[in-house]
Amino acid sequence: MVFNIYNNLGEVKVSSISKSPWIIHYDGSSCNGCDIEVLAALTPRFDVERFGIINVGNPKHADILLITGSVNTQNVEVVKNIYNQMGEPKVVVAIGACACSGHFFAECYNTLGGVDKVIPVDVYCPGCAARPEAIIDAVVKGLGVLEEKRKKMKQKK
Amino acid sequence: MHWIIWCILGIILTPFLGGLIAGVDRVVTARMQRRVGPPFLQPFYDVLKLFGKEKLVVNRFHGDFVLCSLIFTVASVGLFFAGQNLLITIFALIVGNVFLVLAGYCSNSPYSMLGAERELLQMLSAEPMILLSAVGLFMVTQSFDIATIITSGKCLICYLPGVFIALIYVLTIKLRKSPFDLSTSHHAHQELVKGISTEFAGPSLAWFEVIHWYETIFLLALLYLFFASTPILGVIAILFVYFLEILIDNINARVKWELMLGSAWVVTLVLGLGNLMLLYGIQHI
Repeated sequence: MVFNIYNNLGEVKVSSISKSPWIIHYDGSSCNGCDIEVLAALTPRFDVERFGIINVGNPKHADILLITGSVNTQNVEVVKNIYNQMGEPKVVVAIGACACSGHFFAECYNTLGGVDKVIPVDVYCPGCAARPEAIIDAVVKGLGVLEEKRKKMKQKK
Repeated sequence: MHWIIWCILGIILTPFLGGLIAGVDRVVTARMQRRVGPPFLQPFYDVLKLFGKEKLVVNRFHGDFVLCSLIFTVASVGLFFAGQNLLITIFALIVGNVFLVLAGYCSNSPYSMLGAERELLQMLSAEPMILLSAVGLFMVTQSFDIATIITSGKCLICYLPGVFIALIYVLTIKLRKSPFDLSTSHHAHQELVKGISTEFAGPSLAWFEVIHWYETIFLLALLYLFFASTPILGVIAILFVYFLEILIDNINARVKWELMLGSAWVVTLVLGLGNLMLLYGIQHI
């Protein structure tokens, strides 16, 4: 254990944001299939807290926004609001086929299509429903983007 | 000169120890839930990350209140390790807590407001017992000086078992553990979103965590005072009490504030005050 702590101390300097990505989860107009899979990732079987990932209910505390389901005219303001309340650096991950492109709701009169029609999306995670492994993979992919954004933020300063 | 060194050592080492305790807490909690859990240094990663995030503060007084809270909490820990007056350290801790409540009241967010109100209720439940414990220590050692209490050589826990148990009861409130994590919690139940810390974002949330580490160490040090004559037993007792708190945290759901306030006061009156009355009787007969 002591050795482990010593090893970890060296890595703190490298980056801490990719070691503690806090996620917030928003359900657009999903069928709940992807939502269940997102929550499954938090359970003992997959346990995303291994990577320091915590599911928070507050956009001000979150680093990564997970959106499931397509965006419709009812929730477009909510999605924008959550996105704007998050502090930089932040990453948006679209979970599931509906969030990526609108899937078979794309042509519906009441939906606007994928999440990227409203806010910039960094990682797409296809699947219907997306599996927990794929979701964890997408979040880990998002960590790279988060790291880049943090570096850009530092350069601006 | 001696006490200044202790004071500085206490202030510098406390965040490291507090963060490590928080990390062990999270790992033990995860193991209790049959999860692997985060690395031991996870709380440090979290805080370092939060310092690097964007400042999103809705009110210009918010930052000042958080800073004041930090100053008073750090001062109380520093004075404690310097062996100064116990009452002053407890009052400094309370003032630090009040500034946190003010920071919560800063914004118009209903979650933050309600969290701040509940934090006041938590203080109302816990502080009487913490003050009574100082009175108990005074009755045995005839001094409020922490240095004198530690060097008194008396078995304080033998005189004050009731006070100690009541202090453990209110410790759950102060450590923000279930079932008394009314104002804010580290876990996922999000009835109030995040309670008092809803409007804390980025660096101010990091300071909120650091203040909590200082508070945790202060309370554990207060428990240690009861075993000051036998240091090894004291450390074992602290570890046991903290493990008990984690266990209680994991097997209880959040209660309503009436139950928290009522039960905390009943425990304070029966165990705390009862112990002191018995002690007074024994000393004066």
